[in-house]
Amino acid sequence: MKGYLRDDGRKGIRNTIVVAYLIECARHVATEVAAGFPGQDVHVIGFPGCFPNEYGFDMMSRLCTHPNVGAVLLVSLGCEGFNRGGLGHVIAASGRPNETLVIQENGGTLSTIEKGRAWVENARTDLDAETPVEMAINELVIGTICGGSDGTSGITANPAMGRAFDLLIQEGAACIFEETGELIGCEQYMADRAVTPELGSEIIRAVDKSREYYETMGYGSFAPGNADGGLTTIEEKSMGAYAKSGASPIVGLIKPGDIPPTGGLYLLDVIPDGEVRYGFPNINDNAEIAELMACGAHLNLFSTGRGSVVGSAISPVIKVCANPDTYRRLSDDMDVDSGRILEGRADLDEVGIEVRDLVLAVAAGQKTRSEALGHREFILTYKSFEPIGPSCLPNVA
Amino acid sequence: MASAERVTGVVLLGPDDNVVVTREDTVAGGSVEIDGKTYASDSVIPLGHKLARRDIAAGEKILKYGAPIGSATVDIAAGSHVHVQNVKSDYLHSHTTRPDEEVGV
Repeated sequence: MKGYLRDDGRKGIRNTIVVAYLIECARHVATEVAAGFPGQDVHVIGFPGCFPNEYGFDMMSRLCTHPNVGAVLLVSLGCEGFNRGGLGHVIAASGRPNETLVIQENGGTLSTIEKGRAWVENARTDLDAETPVEMAINELVIGTICGGSDGTSGITANPAMGRAFDLLIQEGAACIFEETGELIGCEQYMADRAVTPELGSEIIRAVDKSREYYETMGYGSFAPGNADGGLTTIEEKSMGAYAKSGASPIVGLIKPGDIPPTGGLYLLDVIPDGEVRYGFPNINDNAEIAELMACGAHLNLFSTGRGSVVGSAISPVIKVCANPDTYRRLSDDMDVDSGRILEGRADLDEVGIEVRDLVLAVAAGQKTRSEALGHREFILTYKSFEPIGPSCLPNVA
Repeated sequence: MASAERVTGVVLLGPDDNVVVTREDTVAGGSVEIDGKTYASDSVIPLGHKLARRDIAAGEKILKYGAPIGSATVDIAAGSHVHVQNVKSDYLHSHTTRPDEEVGV
């Protein structure tokens, strides 16, 4: 496995150029800049809002300095609330080539697109000339989420991904699972797996917070398709989702933007702190992927029963299909057919090894299905967090 | 395949569970075998859905993976479909777009 070495010591499994809009008003220009480079790893991300938000700034900072990102072009309208100078400074300090184009100061849409494409073309040439270095499994950060879950997710794909997590953790990788709002009912099981009682208490507090948050919103994280697929309650969905975490000890509880300091299994708390505001915590699966990436995830395992087709900007998504019928319908979109466990054609350990091997192949450059199909979904909205507590991270000597 | 002879397989996820999960769609007029007992299925129940392994009384916890996943709202007979029409969450309401009796059936 080879990686692209960054100044902070982390290594990327891709050398992507990010074109980032700093307000929805600049998104079209950013998208058009990237459209000039099909198939050349130029991805669009951005923050849509005009009001400043510390979480939004921190997320954009983490994403623009993600190890898979080699260079960044910021596209600003000019009058938005986002602190573009601050973000430019963060990116420059990371040693990455970067440029900021302000549409209002660059002659408008066409002229900004032209300048942006010229900058990206140069950056692409420079990045393509870089020589990757050796990268080990213990330098990998891997996230996992489930989307479009059904009654098969918790039986096939999620426990198989959990086994893959256990294998990767044994080899020193950092693995992150979430979403605390979809782990309601599993809090005591998780606390029992925490490496310290204090961390266990923090985990229980995080799940209590998510239950209170969703109670205020009126609904749990449960979509109609979950019920069509045989899931009846949020705690049933949670037990299935929980199987993604495997059997390793939980070494830490992190929040979006916290980077795991060691290998091992981490739980990501995605539920905002403080009073309920800004709406539902994560309005769709890609909002969760954005937060896993902000924690440094090089790639994400995504289990689906009903059949999600999404991918992501920046970090490849490996799709593990839980339901054998869905796999037959959507096989072009799926990387792994774990539904064959249900049909007696494979067991959990076999699929776990297959997922682990695929993680290493994708880290070594193999494209995932969603990556090859051009899926580059991205979304980021408003939130607010307090820093994690002192018991949440493992001690680093 | 003669549907009348079709016996749908199920998965038991925990030894003390009072529900099992279908491994494939049940067919109307077919049957389901749970713990060696055969139950007639009079409707299509998709794979991944739950069936009662034994009679479950109203108010009893539903156990899957050895963990409680909600409570029965009515008495549920062994072999019956266990879903939003007869189970509720002990935590948060489940959002569905259709009347409960139509969900997944």
